[in-house]
Amino acid sequence: MGTYILKRLLAAIPTLLIAAVLVFAFIHLIPGDPASVMLGDMASSEEIEALQKEFGLDRPIYEQFVLWFGQVLQGDLGTSIYFQEPVLAVIGEGAETSLFLALFTMILIVVIGVPAGIVSASFHGGKVDQSVSGLAMLFASIPTFWLGLYLIFTVSVTLDLLPTSGFPSVIESGDLSNFRYLILPAITLSAPNSALVVRLVRAGMLDTMREDFVRTARAKGLPEWAVTIRHIFRNALIGVVATLGFTFVGLVSEAVVTETVFALPGIGRLVVQSIARRDYPVIQGIIMVVIVFYILVNLIVDIVTTYLDPRVKLQ
Amino acid sequence: MTAVFDFLSLFRHRWLAAIGLVIILIIVVAAILAPWITPFDPLKIDAIARLTPPNAEHWFGTDHAGRDLFSRVIYGARMALITGIGVVTIALSFGVLLGILSAYYPPLGLVLMRVVDVLMGIPALLLALAFVVVLGKGLFNSMIAVGAIYVTTTARITYGLTRKIVAETYIEAVTSLGASDLRIMRRHVLPNLVSPLMVQATFIFAFAQLSTASLDFLGLGLPPDVPSWGNMVAETRRYITRAPWLLMFPGGAIILTVFSLNLVGDALRDRLDPRFKDDLAKW
Repeated sequence: MGTYILKRLLAAIPTLLIAAVLVFAFIHLIPGDPASVMLGDMASSEEIEALQKEFGLDRPIYEQFVLWFGQVLQGDLGTSIYFQEPVLAVIGEGAETSLFLALFTMILIVVIGVPAGIVSASFHGGKVDQSVSGLAMLFASIPTFWLGLYLIFTVSVTLDLLPTSGFPSVIESGDLSNFRYLILPAITLSAPNSALVVRLVRAGMLDTMREDFVRTARAKGLPEWAVTIRHIFRNALIGVVATLGFTFVGLVSEAVVTETVFALPGIGRLVVQSIARRDYPVIQGIIMVVIVFYILVNLIVDIVTTYLDPRVKLQ
Repeated sequence: MTAVFDFLSLFRHRWLAAIGLVIILIIVVAAILAPWITPFDPLKIDAIARLTPPNAEHWFGTDHAGRDLFSRVIYGARMALITGIGVVTIALSFGVLLGILSAYYPPLGLVLMRVVDVLMGIPALLLALAFVVVLGKGLFNSMIAVGAIYVTTTARITYGLTRKIVAETYIEAVTSLGASDLRIMRRHVLPNLVSPLMVQATFIFAFAQLSTASLDFLGLGLPPDVPSWGNMVAETRRYITRAPWLLMFPGGAIILTVFSLNLVGDALRDRLDPRFKDDLAKW
């Protein structure tokens, strides 16, 4: 197991390098000189030159990359133009909101999406399966921003049950009732993602059902529930773990929209605001953090998969 | 003609998918005929009629500037059609090219697929936003930004499919007969890719609607005065308590379009050669 993890870690290095080159290229692809773009129209040429020096923009491009990547490896993602603070600290401020939102969303996905997928696969081809699959497809077809606004309109405005927007910090105030601010956002964010998980879990279950060991289990006279739970689900679980891992990373996508709809002070909204502020180091930093996160999740999924399925190790 | 009947036979026992197909056809016709079938100019401001609820004159009501919402939703279908076609064209042309080349030249494939993997690891909308930052806002740029998301998935799928096709015995046969790489790609690989990629294109078209609408909603897509469905929902935000119809009709149009496309895509996929099914995205 130890060597396997080490091998996996080493295999992640080229991925990280490619990611770094792409992210580095991103800021250099923005039209105009980065320093003058960041400082705006009012900047004097001295200010621009000073910033160019600070970023090492007067040096050859490969040197700039090495310099930048070295800093990234040390956890230095640069300085936010707007806040005049380290990018990592700016991202950190949005972390509480985004992580709690992701946590609640994942709970909803596990509670709704996974069982729905299992039920759907167990009755595949029948009325239940068709209804669940159809419903999943419908939810995947609803734009996140629309669902958010619709929930605000019905639950917050018309029924006056939950707050419409914002999220006062729970960690700072210690007030757990503030979590009610995240109920509607979590429902909004979980809808399209649950739908995807339903489909993936269903497909994984159906694939497993065709395996030989399932036929053997049935042939030796096990009751159907035992076959489903003990043989099909336990094996399909491996795929479910992978699905949930990547869904977790993918949440960032719709979180950008959800956090904007509900005016949540998270990382997703920070992306949109940073684009409006032309705060490119922050956007670059967020993309880099998300990629590193993705590589880590990939690694964890691989390790958990190996742990769950000894066959993977042999291959 | 047989091709048409063949296509229609897909929907014989799938009434929901058949309804989806009809809805898509209606939307396409409405988009094309928009100038002739809309009762009002979608951009004409009428301060007196602002925020009128749906009635006999304004079927879907009017927005905060007194513009007729029904006419705007019909014109929105036009924008949806244009962006959808744009995104699918970009995704397929670049994705297929990259996928086939990668499958054919393994050293190139090794590098390209690694890059594709990394890009696929970036959450879709974040990748699109990065493109918008580099390219700027606008119709073509949002097509490119959203298209980029699906270039990666299409490249990956084409790569998998092509490797499967190339491993077939008949390819070996034509290779030994002296056919060039280019000829094999054109005459043998591409024709085999058509039907799985058709299915893929349907889903891209569907999900592109959601992504472009999201960009519009965030104010990073089409200019705010363009009557796209995403822009309409975005404008609604301040009037949501007074005029819920502003949310319902453009939003309903998006949902109906995407859902119909997904239903049709699902029906198409079920008829696909089972060898190729696993390569398509599970969605």
